Amino acid sequence: MENHKPSKDLFVPVEREEEEQHEIGRPSLSFWKDSMIRLRKNKAAMVGLFLLILIAFMAIFGPYMNQYTANEQDLSRAKIPAKVEGLGWLGMDGTLSTVEEADTVESAQASALARYSNDEENTEINVLNDGSDGGQARVEAIHDPYAAKDIENNFWFGTDGLGRDQWTRVWEGTRISLYIALLAAAIDMVIGVAYGGISAYYGGRVDNYMQRFIEIITGIPNLVVVVLMILIMDPGILSITIALVITGWIPMARIVRGQVLKLKSQEFVLASQTLGSSDGRVIRKHLVPNVMGLIIINTMFTIPSAIFFEAFLSFIGLGLPTPQASLGTLIDEGFKSLQIYPFILFWPALVLSILMIGFNVLADGLRDAFDPKMRE
Amino acid sequence: MVRYILERLVYMFITLLLIATLTFFLMKLLPGTPLSAADKLSEEQQAIVLEKYGLNDPLPVQYFNYITGLFQGDLGLSFQFDNREVSTILLERMGPSMTLGAQALLFGTIIGMLLGLVAAIYHNGFLDYSSTFIAVVGKSIPSFVFAGILQFYLGVQWGLFPVALWEGWEYTVLPTIALAIFPIAIAARYMRTEMLEVLGSDFITTARAKGVNRFGVVFKHGLRNALIPLVTIIGPLAVSLMTGTLVIENIFSVPGIGEQFVKSINTNDYPIIMGTTLFFSFLFILIILIIDLLYGLIDPRIRLTEGD
Repeated sequence: MENHKPSKDLFVPVEREEEEQHEIGRPSLSFWKDSMIRLRKNKAAMVGLFLLILIAFMAIFGPYMNQYTANEQDLSRAKIPAKVEGLGWLGMDGTLSTVEEADTVESAQASALARYSNDEENTEINVLNDGSDGGQARVEAIHDPYAAKDIENNFWFGTDGLGRDQWTRVWEGTRISLYIALLAAAIDMVIGVAYGGISAYYGGRVDNYMQRFIEIITGIPNLVVVVLMILIMDPGILSITIALVITGWIPMARIVRGQVLKLKSQEFVLASQTLGSSDGRVIRKHLVPNVMGLIIINTMFTIPSAIFFEAFLSFIGLGLPTPQASLGTLIDEGFKSLQIYPFILFWPALVLSILMIGFNVLADGLRDAFDPKMRE
Repeated sequence: MVRYILERLVYMFITLLLIATLTFFLMKLLPGTPLSAADKLSEEQQAIVLEKYGLNDPLPVQYFNYITGLFQGDLGLSFQFDNREVSTILLERMGPSMTLGAQALLFGTIIGMLLGLVAAIYHNGFLDYSSTFIAVVGKSIPSFVFAGILQFYLGVQWGLFPVALWEGWEYTVLPTIALAIFPIAIAARYMRTEMLEVLGSDFITTARAKGVNRFGVVFKHGLRNALIPLVTIIGPLAVSLMTGTLVIENIFSVPGIGEQFVKSINTNDYPIIMGTTLFFSFLFILIILIIDLLYGLIDPRIRLTEGD
């Protein structure tokens, strides 16, 4: 039975060192690093980010990529569809096509040709149905405006109703839309954070009055305010931005107020105050970093809604004045010839949609990354 | 509760008065009178017309008349349509807007809820991802872009529905779908989150353990509990539809309030702009009030008098 008791000599104490203990644990992650890791794992958000970077790049450099300028008009080359060498299979082969129906093949052909100024040389006609089965004769005509008008340089997005290059106009429009949205979001952020922060931090009567004020003005639909402001100011980049900001800061102020109210009664703030920190230090060192995540998320959601509102204003006739173009005004123009030349609407609408999706997806991703509790 | 409602009504009143005052003075700042140069009126005639519309009175008197008129439901006379009251014009045009809004809200929330439900049941499956994708796209793409797509494909290319105008049931289809895409997206998203939360809770596990089948759990126990919070998003959706109708009515030439509003902006018909503005504001405030009251009724945990 002696075997049961091993001698103590068999055991050697492990030499534990402080540093080794640290190596076993994970490296400490700051809140930001942790959030960024989570964000990077979110595929949708990364795709959104990539799309946004791509569009931002194109908005900056796109207009200089070809020799056309945004305002160079030439009616002889108006309403030409997009053509990119090698992308013909995507429909970007620079041809227009139409299907005409008539009683006889001849009259269908004639009406199809008439659509392209009877230019037989550059129009290819295919008979889809010669009407021998008793139905209407159907004829498809494919017209090549590039050949008809001897255009050597391709228009990558085609041209608009006045023969201006859509590529240049779309990217310059994107630039203006982004500029308005970013500016509005930045101003919203500054006003909202200051208002909400002051209201919550000082509390009491200040908070009461500031909240009553918000309560009254949130009753005004932002649509109404924006339209009224644009009516009295001349439409332009600045006035649209101001109109967007007038009601835009309110959600931010509310969020920041709520968060600061919650934080300021917590122990770490009290501790800091007891240790003699000034108001400024408490705000800078304790409150702002803790509210930052929410501020960023909210701003990310403000940007697409500002882009939408700007496009919306252009659409109801309160957008930028004519020589300037934003995505909204381009879409508005596109609608005028939607039935016959849908491609004029297509490109700006596509870019706007991608932009909106990108911002929304990235904002969702950021929200999940900053606040994992909100995920199921 | 009564005190809270009264308090809210007072705020509502102040806000409306503020909006009325604001619109009145902003409109006075705007250039232009009802007398366009094309009318070529003599000075005496101009004086008569200005007198008739009360535009010669000092500003405070005009303001007083306007506000007292408001209380009697008088929104003034339109500049564009001779001698027509703004209130009758708005009333006439309310029908199509309301039809469109109600249809879009109903259609949108029902489809959205179904999408969200499917997503939650098949959590992390293919159907979940596709439904989430639809929700993201629907939330992001502006309704006017969507309207263009519908008009071009369903209207022009395939000829399934009329492209524009307002002459019968089939004319409401395209604008309703275009308007409904946003409610669909929001409802789907909301429903999915709610449903996942409910399906993860203990009473569902209990029901499953007791032998209730999958279908019964989802529809009897899950849906009923997930529906309650959904009621609260209908209000904000209704508000967002107001913005939507402005563009959608224009694109589809629907003779509603939104179309008239945009037309009036382009023709400087200030009384109509003011009237519509007030009307929209009133609707907006009313919806917000109803939402807040609903919150309290549905979920008593939400204290009505927060901040005390």
